[in-house]
This record gives sequence, structure tokens and C-alpha cells, in this order.
Amino acid sequence: MSKTITDVVCPFCGTLCDDLIVTTDDEGKKILGVDNACAIGAEKFIHSSDHSHRVTRPRKMQEDGSFKEITYEEAIEHTAKILVNAKKPLMYGWSSTSCEADSVGHEIAELCGGIVDNTAAVCHGTTLIAVQNVGIPSCTLGEVKNRADRIIFWGCNPAHAHPRHMSRYSIFPRGYFTGKGAKQRKIIVVDPRPTDTTNLADIHLQVEQGYDYELLQALRAAIRGEPLAGDVIAGVPKETVYEAVDVLKSGRFGVIFFGMGVTQSLGKDHNIDAAICLTKDLNDYTKFSIVAMRGHYNVTGSGQVLGWQYGFPYSVDLSRGFARYNPGETGSIEVLKRQEADAIFVLGSDPGAHFPMRCVKEISRLPSVAIDPHITPTTEICDVHVPVAFVGVEVGGNCYRMDNVPIEARKVVEPPEGMMTDQQFLSAVLERVKELKAN
Amino acid sequence: MSEYIIKNGTVYDPKTEVKGEVKDICIKDGKIVDKVSSKAKSIDAKGKTVMAGAVEIHAHVAGPKVNEGRNYRPEDKLFTYQPGGKNTRMAGGFSIPTTFKTGYEYAKMGYTTVMEAAMPPLYARHVHEEIKDTPIIDEGAFPVFGNNWFVFEYLKNNEMDNVMAYISWLLKTTKGYAIKIVNPGGSEAWGWGENCTTIHDPVPYFDITPAEIMKGLLTANEKMGLPHSIHVHTNNLGNPGNYKDTLDTFKLAQGVKPNNKFGREQVFHHTHVQFHSYGGDSWANFESKAKEVMDYVNSNKNMTIDLGCVTLDETTTMTADGPFEHHLTTLNHLKWANVDVELETSSGIVPYIYDPKIKVCAIQWAIGLELALYSKDPMRTFITTDHPNAGPFTRYPRIFKWLMSDKSRQEMLKGFKNSDKVMAATTLGSLDREINFYELAQMTRAGPAKALGLTDMCGGLAPGMDADVVIYDINEGKIKDPEEIEKAFSAATHVFKAGTLVVDNGEIISNGNKRTFWVDAKVPTNTQVERDVQMKFLKYYSVNLNNYEVSDHYVANPYVIEVEN
Repeated sequence: MSKTITDVVCPFCGTLCDDLIVTTDDEGKKILGVDNACAIGAEKFIHSSDHSHRVTRPRKMQEDGSFKEITYEEAIEHTAKILVNAKKPLMYGWSSTSCEADSVGHEIAELCGGIVDNTAAVCHGTTLIAVQNVGIPSCTLGEVKNRADRIIFWGCNPAHAHPRHMSRYSIFPRGYFTGKGAKQRKIIVVDPRPTDTTNLADIHLQVEQGYDYELLQALRAAIRGEPLAGDVIAGVPKETVYEAVDVLKSGRFGVIFFGMGVTQSLGKDHNIDAAICLTKDLNDYTKFSIVAMRGHYNVTGSGQVLGWQYGFPYSVDLSRGFARYNPGETGSIEVLKRQEADAIFVLGSDPGAHFPMRCVKEISRLPSVAIDPHITPTTEICDVHVPVAFVGVEVGGNCYRMDNVPIEARKVVEPPEGMMTDQQFLSAVLERVKELKAN
Repeated sequence: MSEYIIKNGTVYDPKTEVKGEVKDICIKDGKIVDKVSSKAKSIDAKGKTVMAGAVEIHAHVAGPKVNEGRNYRPEDKLFTYQPGGKNTRMAGGFSIPTTFKTGYEYAKMGYTTVMEAAMPPLYARHVHEEIKDTPIIDEGAFPVFGNNWFVFEYLKNNEMDNVMAYISWLLKTTKGYAIKIVNPGGSEAWGWGENCTTIHDPVPYFDITPAEIMKGLLTANEKMGLPHSIHVHTNNLGNPGNYKDTLDTFKLAQGVKPNNKFGREQVFHHTHVQFHSYGGDSWANFESKAKEVMDYVNSNKNMTIDLGCVTLDETTTMTADGPFEHHLTTLNHLKWANVDVELETSSGIVPYIYDPKIKVCAIQWAIGLELALYSKDPMRTFITTDHPNAGPFTRYPRIFKWLMSDKSRQEMLKGFKNSDKVMAATTLGSLDREINFYELAQMTRAGPAKALGLTDMCGGLAPGMDADVVIYDINEGKIKDPEEIEKAFSAATHVFKAGTLVVDNGEIISNGNKRTFWVDAKVPTNTQVERDVQMKFLKYYSVNLNNYEVSDHYVANPYVIEVEN
């Protein structure tokens, strides 16, 4: 016998698909199958269910670099102490966990004068800065499904990074005003390389690497009917630019989806400024929106909770007793490079795999703790690794999709026996921090 | 729970018709009572003003657009941050304060109940997450219905039972409080970059007009007997000459009688009327039509309004009226955020600087005050700023000052750069009425509580009601300088929330035990609507039906108002 759980939310990427069907054994302990998910999402469920690969108790690094199992109580004590003893602990991650856990983490950071930063620091932080500069005309993904007849993918490759995006929202779905599905939509993909996404494009603007800003501004000029100088613009023939402009202006509802190919390449937030202004300009002719292809399934939620609690979406420095925000100064990378943090706490991200080597070295030098269900490059260089239940698999909680729509993730199986959740661990740390601070 | 007696305060309470009499107010077990035992803690309020906790009927304080406003305006935090304290978290922001600051600032002014004015149903969980993090104050949220595809289709087909069943379902699913209507039809048209600028413009593809939407929802609201009436922001907000559309909208409610068991006497609430009371046909001949609008309001007792007073600050406008925000960004060229929400609504955000040097801004300021001063029934006219649209709620005490002091208004009028033009376009200079404390209590306590269907719960000091009680250090008979008014109402000396002392000597000493109000309106089982909901979710929504409902654990301390009809 087996049990079937429907409407399961996928805790992998910012597409946050919520139509998964998970089959478990009768006791709700082992996942037998996952339907509707992409290969990555399905693997996350299946993998988590195989407890033989998992660390189920906290571990502390020994002098020889090996790890020794410790109790959760000892891990709580270690975490509380390094945070309380630090003047400016960096508390990074918050993107692969629930908003409920984020909220408890922020309270700890507030008491300990920490810096709270999420993975936007190395992904869409530039987008957030651009939004602060020029705003953002946007829409929910259901609007795209129901209305959109023009889709641009800029610097992103959803075929691999957000595998169900195209079928659920952007290319293939048949919505209220889009009964013909993909036939009704023109797809433009901007990418220096041919990819599996460019294969689906009506127009592939093969931009020269690093020239996104030029191409964006050329499109803006062409939309206004200004002449473009030169035969090739940012690696794209002028005629193709004009062709793209005709496609964009002749649509009734268009959307630009953009990813890290344009947020973290040359120009950074200036690229996004230009992309947003292009969207805004197009609203003088038709209806246009722009949506960031957020990566972690709840990086958006981290920004939301930080927003309502502190007013800033990432890189929030609480060390002075009030919230400061100055990306470039208060961001994780900068703080680590300047060797300004005196402890590091990681939850729901893997900076060991993604940060520049200088920052990774700094993490390994500092008193540290990593809270993560997996063994990761980060857990291997931190003093203590605290395994926790998988959010969205073994414990529920609220998450925000890339278009800021909140969806409550479900619990489908029990975590390994005795394993804490993020929120439980953080709540225990918070209690201990309060006790230590009181003395 | 402890007992309190507030002694010898000058009490203003329209609920019990106490007009500035010196008397004691007793609190026991969270309620107002006739008397308390000798163990009750005594608070001396001699020479001070005592009122019920104030009730906010319309403010944007929680949810997706408020938070987008916070996140995209780091500049709004500049110089505003307060560190945390023994009972408080760190808190900052001016026009769009953090949730913590929202709770603290309302409480410090003596506000204890606040309604979030526009909740997109798809984002309801977000609204409730923020409400949960807003301390002290009781809150409810109004889901938007005026651009909802279910509503369009049922009304077009004249299926009133289905409209009611859907309303009931959506209120329950989103844990919502009332039917909010924002730019009916126009926000759907904005999906195509279009708008409905009069109440008779057809909605593209849906074969229905704004007038039909509003009238249909009004009828449904009264048939269902909900605690609040429909809560409307009509078409053509913010444009010269729009007062005609406003009056056309008002007339939809003409003659309709209220039906409810909550003591509510209106069938129609129009919000931020200041933005809808404009004459002229361009910004050049822009003028006030406050008198025309209020003449209608005064003679039709089945409607209520709130003001939407401009406070002349730099603020952040945000509304589910998506086309309006696009219009605004083309006027002021400041950063524009927009979110169109599938099947439900649109919304937009643009920062705005109400600069007193600009003629139009000063006229807007005057219109907000004129509406209040022309009102013959303060029980139907409520003070708001449509926070943060016309100004932040933290400016309420300043509005009280302007309404209570002709002197302060005249000083403002004379100080404007375009003083002559402003006076020519308005009548404020000739209105010497000064709102008194009793009227203020009607406009900020008893009136909004009654309009919300909460008249037996909050906004008054009758025995049995929640003990939301505020003491202000001011004596109506001894005001020498209008500034004293602003100062006193900015910082209540004591605030009780449901019998808990939350503000003592102007300091937050407790986070109280906030509640979330929502309305469970019972209707007969309707399998047609159940089927329609399932189909729409399958075909057009981007989330599954089973992931749409706000589960109970996201609703902070729920207080469910059940409606049987």
C-alpha cells in the first residue's frame, strides 16, 4: 500500500511549482515517487527520503579536520555563544528555508547585532538595486499564462534552471486570452550562446558577451523610432534589432524574464535599470511587464520578511542597533573581504560553493556554524554543522514564488527521528541567546 | 486580569453620548464595566481627555504593495530608525513604516483597531503574515472584488446567489473582512493597458460596466448582511472634473436600505473622497468640488465616507488602481512599480511629493479639510489619509489640529506660494467651523466602528465593550495654541488595548494581544460555484486551488464574526 499527497509545493527553484504528486509508503516515511516535478525537483524529494546518505545529528569539526557527532543541545549552545560573543556576526542564507524560520533568525540577529543577508547578494541583488532606482512594472505568472503573447528571456536559460517555467507559465500554457498556447506567442531569447532555451526562440538575439546594456539601450532607442548607428549592435545585426522591436511593439501583452546572465555580468544593476526602462517605455505602446527569474525557492520570501521587518530586501546590517542598508558596504561579500565579521552563521544557502575564494577562506577562519540538511562545501569548512529537516519535504512553511506570490509548502514525510527543523533549532538558539544576554 | 479605574478624566464618548463630562472609566477583565473593586489600579486623568481607542477604517499597512513600497524605497528609512527596547523591536520608515513601527505608532496615537484597505486574494497569506508581525492593534483586511472574473461573470449572468456564494467563499479563504472595490473594471482593463474612466465604460471582453459591478456587489452585500458595507474607490480617481463620476457612483446607492444585525446604517462607504472631489477640466483650472460632493453625502443617510486628507509630505502612493499609478508616473516621473494579479486585480506604487509650493497639492490639501468641515454628520465622515497615499497616518494629529483650528488653517492658506490661486479654487478660507472633541470622537471612534459593524465592540466606552481606552494630556477648554492639539494627540499618555495597558506615559510597555478580524458569512452550499472555482483554478490560475486558502495558523489570534442570513 502507498499514500498519495497532492498539491505538493516543490522546494527547489523560484518557479515554486505547486502541483506535485508525491507517493509515500504507508507509514509516510519513505518517498516512493514524485509526479509532475522536473528532474531536479523530483530528485530533491527522492534524495531526501534516502536517510542512509544523510547526517542526522550535529557534528563538530575536530582539530584534525574530522567531524565528531554532538548533540543538538551542544550545537544550540555553540551557535548561541558564537553569536553572543561576536560584535558583528554575519548571518547569511535564508533562501532555502521558510519565512517562519527567517523571522526567528532575524530576531536573533537583532539581539546579537548581526548582518542579515540572503543569496540575492550574489544573484538578484543587482535587480533589487535597479528596482530601487527605477521601479518595476510587473505581474503574476498567471497573468503571463492568460494574456502574454510576447516573451523575452534575457540572460536566463529556463530549460535548465527553471525547467517547468515554460510549460506552466510562459511559452506553452493555454490561458483565458491565449487559447492557442505557444502558437499565439512570439519568443525572443537574448543569450551569447545557443542554449536549449534559444532553440525555442522565434528570434535569438545572440548578444556579444558583456554588451547587454548596449543592446537594451539600442532597443529603447529603436522603439522610439530613433536611428541606430552601425550595422551591428552589441553583436546583433541592426535588422534583427528592428525585427525584435516590431515583434515587441506589435504584441498585446509582453513580459521580460531575466536571469543572472544579465544581473551578474558587466553592467550589473545598470543592465536591469535599462531592462526595466525598456519595459516602462513599451507601456507607451502596449502592455509590458518584467519578472526576475529568482533562483532559490524562497529567496524572494527572505526579501519579503526583511522588507516588512526592516524595510530593506537584503544586506541588512543590524550591528548598530538599528537597520542599515548599503549594498557594496553591508553585503556579505564585502564584509568578508574586509574581514569585518567576527563570526559566521549560514542557513539555507551554500556560500562555500558560490562565494569568491577569499570569502570562503574567511569563512573557514571564523567561528562558524552551518545549518543545512546536506553536507555541502560550506558545512565542510564550518566549526559546527547542524543538519535539519528539509523544508517543503519534511516540514511545511511559507515560501514566495519569483513573482512574490506566497505559497505554503507542505510536509510530505517525517524527518529522520529526532531531527530538528530550522525553525525549532532557531527558536532554541533564540531562547539561549536571550538567556546569555540577560546575564 | 487586572482592574483599572481612570479617574476624573473629561470623557468624550459618542457611543454613550457623553460630551465632555468629568467621569470615571472602569476596566475589568478586558472590558469596560460600571464599577471595579477597591483593588483596581487608579489612574488620575484630571484635566485630561479620555476617549475610546480610535478606529482606522482605511489604511494600507500590510501586504504585497506596502512591502514593495518598503523594499523599493530605502530612502524612506532615512533618519527614521529607532533601536529596539525592552518591549519593542527596532523600527523604521516614514511613509511606509515597518510592521513593528506601524503597530507602535498607531498605539502611541491611541489607535487600537486598523483595517487594511486592499488585500489581493492571491496574496492574502502575505497580508496575514504582516498583520501577525504588527503588534498591539487589532486588524482586518478587505479583499478586493471589483475586478474579479468570477464576480464579472456571475453579475453579467444575473446570478446573485452565485455572487454571494463566491463572496462567502473568498472571505473565508482569504480570512477577509469586507468587500473592497477599487476602480471597478478599470483595473482589469489595465491588463491591456486600458482603463474605465466613467462608471459606464464597458470592461474589455467582459461585457459589464463599473456601475453594474458596484450595484451588484452592493446588492449582494446587503442580501448577505455583512458587518461592513461595500467599501468603494470608484473610477477616475485623481483627475480634474472627476466629482461628476463620484456623484454618479454615490447615486448607485440611492434609496437602498441597510440589512444587517450589526447596527450598521450605511449601504455604501466611499473612501478617500478627497481624491474624487475635483472640478475643472485640466490642472490649470483644477478646483474643489467638496461642497457639491458633501451636499449629496449630507442628504443621503445610507452612505459614509472617509476623507483621504493630503498632509503635504513626501509619501508613497499605492493602490489597486493600476492605471492610476501609471498615470501618476507619467506626471511626476518617479519610479513606478506595478503588479497585475491574475483574475483579481492590478496594483501600482509611485512615490509622490505633495509640495505646498505646487498649487494643485495645496488645493488637494484644502479639499480634504473642506469635506470634513462641510459634513453635517460626523458619524458618517471619517478622518483618514488613505495612508500612505495622501500622507502617512502618523500625521493624523496634524489633521486634527487643522480641523479644530481655523487659525492654523488660515496660517497655512496664507503661507502657500500660490495662496491666491489656492483660495480662489477652494472655499476653505471661508469655513470657520472648528471640529470639537466630541465630533473628533465621532469621526475617529464611534463613526468608523459603526460603519464597520463593530459598534458593540470598539470605538466606545459603554459597559461590556472592549476596554480600548486612551488618555490624552489636553483639556478642550484650555487650548491656547493649536500646536497643543497636534502634540497631545501624537502621544497619548495611556492606552489600553482590551484592558491591557500598552502605552504608559507615552512609552510602549506591552505588545498586547492583537486580534485579526475576519467574516465567516454563511450561505447555502452552492455546487455550481464549487465547480466554477475548481475550473478556474485548473485553467487560469497559476496556483492550485488547494494551495490558495490562508490556513488558520497564518491568522494571528483570529476573531471570527459569523454572519447567518
